Amino acid sequence: MARAVKTQRKALNTAIAWGVGLLIFFPILWTILTSFKTEAEAIADPPVWFNFSWTLENYFTVQERSNYFRHFWNSVVISVGSTLIGLIIAVPAAWAMAFVPGKRTKDVLMWMLSTKMLPPVGVLVPLYLIFRDLGLLDTRIGLVFVLTMINLPIIIWMLYTYFREIPSEILEAARMDGAGLREEVLHVLMPMAVPGMASTVLLNIILAWNEAFWTLNLTAAKAAPLTAFIASYSSPEGLFYAKLSAASTMAIAPILIMGWFSQKQLVRGLTFGAVK
Amino acid sequence: MTASIRALLGATALCAAGLPAAAETTLTIATVNNGDMIRMQGLAADFTAKHPDIKLDWVTLEENVLRQRVTQDIATKGGQFDVMTIGTYEVPIWARQDWLEPLTGLSDDYDAGDILPAIAGGLSIDGTLYAAPFYGESSMVMYRKDLMEAAGMQMPEAPTWDDIAKAAEAMTDKDAEIYGICLRGKAGWGENMAFLTAAANSFGARWFDMDWKPQFDGEAWKTTLTTYLDLMNNYGPPGASSNGFNENLALFQSGKCGMWIDATVAASFVTNPNDSTVADKVGFALAPDAGLGKRGNWLWAWTLGIPAGTDAPEEAKTFIEWATSKAYLELVAEKEGWANVPPGTRTSLYENQAYLEAAPFAEMTLKSMEAADPTNPAVDPVPYTGVQFVAIPEFQGIGTAVGQQFSAALAGQVTAEQALANAQALTEREMKRGGYIK
Repeated sequence: MARAVKTQRKALNTAIAWGVGLLIFFPILWTILTSFKTEAEAIADPPVWFNFSWTLENYFTVQERSNYFRHFWNSVVISVGSTLIGLIIAVPAAWAMAFVPGKRTKDVLMWMLSTKMLPPVGVLVPLYLIFRDLGLLDTRIGLVFVLTMINLPIIIWMLYTYFREIPSEILEAARMDGAGLREEVLHVLMPMAVPGMASTVLLNIILAWNEAFWTLNLTAAKAAPLTAFIASYSSPEGLFYAKLSAASTMAIAPILIMGWFSQKQLVRGLTFGAVK
Repeated sequence: MTASIRALLGATALCAAGLPAAAETTLTIATVNNGDMIRMQGLAADFTAKHPDIKLDWVTLEENVLRQRVTQDIATKGGQFDVMTIGTYEVPIWARQDWLEPLTGLSDDYDAGDILPAIAGGLSIDGTLYAAPFYGESSMVMYRKDLMEAAGMQMPEAPTWDDIAKAAEAMTDKDAEIYGICLRGKAGWGENMAFLTAAANSFGARWFDMDWKPQFDGEAWKTTLTTYLDLMNNYGPPGASSNGFNENLALFQSGKCGMWIDATVAASFVTNPNDSTVADKVGFALAPDAGLGKRGNWLWAWTLGIPAGTDAPEEAKTFIEWATSKAYLELVAEKEGWANVPPGTRTSLYENQAYLEAAPFAEMTLKSMEAADPTNPAVDPVPYTGVQFVAIPEFQGIGTAVGQQFSAALAGQVTAEQALANAQALTEREMKRGGYIK
């Protein structure tokens, strides 16, 4: 009897999980479906689900009009570059805060997090002027710098949380065995924090990939990533939803595929230390 | 040979190798995502073939994003763009700030005198053109001929607001999801306020008197807003307070609107059988009036301007001459047909029989554009230019805030009187801040 109830509850939980999952995935599914419709089918009322004349025309049009691969490459350089540089700065910072905390470590962490609360538009003009004077407007290096700074608090916080889960005795033992600071961090700490670091890297690549405010405001033609590519298909005067959907699908596809294949690491990393 | 001499020689050789590349100029062009602009990108090979020393880089953005980007860049002298797509709202403001290069010395072939006078007037300061129009538009009534016929009515070519109300009532069949009239309700200076400001002109209302005092407390604005709310509440579609151009276009194309008063550019969409279910049933009429001598239609043009301080003003001018020339119109006609030619910029286009035959809405578009006067938009005199906007820098903020009040009135959150009182108060406050009034 108890077993039957348990099975029923498990089935219910599974159904709810699937339902929530589908609900979250629905906008992406709808975007993908719309990208294969004609513009007339895209706005049909009632909406057409699967029974429409599937076409790749929107993808051809988008590819013909825009240089997708230039935008794609810019996105790769900006997101991977900013994440790697962020990691290089964040690992020693998180190590220091986790293993040699000072009196104000918590305050510093909170202050770093508070920078995320600043509305970006508040610093747009000063930053734009600095970029103009340094010749960084519409450059990938400029965007890598900005996105590194924006995501650094999150990287430090995540790594700090993961590092705190690692017993400091292990690091002490390494030090007693003669390991220097470099060996301690590179050969002892980091291998143990691999799941956490992997999820940090993945999450930050996703955040940088999707960042639209700075990437739209600080770029023009040369360094514009896929966010600008999508924006170029939005129009308040004209129904081009099918083409916009095709452009969106092309922009999110790489990160969606990456997320799909690395979901185990992502989930493991994000729940690391959450349950003891 | 010392290392420094070798380095010097190397650098000289590199400079020499770079010379041919340096002769090539790259123009970065900021533009909006609409059919005509995208078509221009597709045809740009014609320009680069004629000018192999000029390379074109395109930055295409959604209208509001583009406006923010180019404003930010030109105000901070960022120098990101060599040619900017800007509207008739920006041109006079930016020209007065010396942010735009004057378009002087245009070639005789260009024939600047052929530009429609109403458009040229809105783009000139003291007779000097500061941007060249790429395409222009007004607003007009698009209506369902079949529904009017079924109701035993006929739409006059120049209807009054009373005609519109009667037609809306006759065509409404809410059980069949057919709504007599579809109008913009979404808040924004370029959304509901574009329609309402143009409509207000026809009712004798104006934004400001000659002393820049806001006029929302006058009877004319009350008539404008109550007429709009009555039409929409009685005969409009549900949820209209969030409807903009695209939402109404979708409703009209799917056969759910009896009438739609909006941009003339919509005519080519609603008559396109590939997208519209009512393509062969659409009639056109001038925007309505109230017998006061002004019609409720607007005037807008997307134009190409050169930001002051660009490194390549001559090349930019060469490009603008190409993109806004008569020859470009002929190029579009040759490649994609006369119906796809960017409308509303040149008088000669409306004298071209091939165009008039290909575009059934051409005549009404021209009449609508001629009916709008940006330098004298209202019944009473005003201190500003612009038909559906007020060409002052503060207008974007004020227009959107007032639009939110009127959108809230349409949604039933406030009464018309409250919305007008709030609009008056907030406009007065902003005009005081701006130093226009004390």
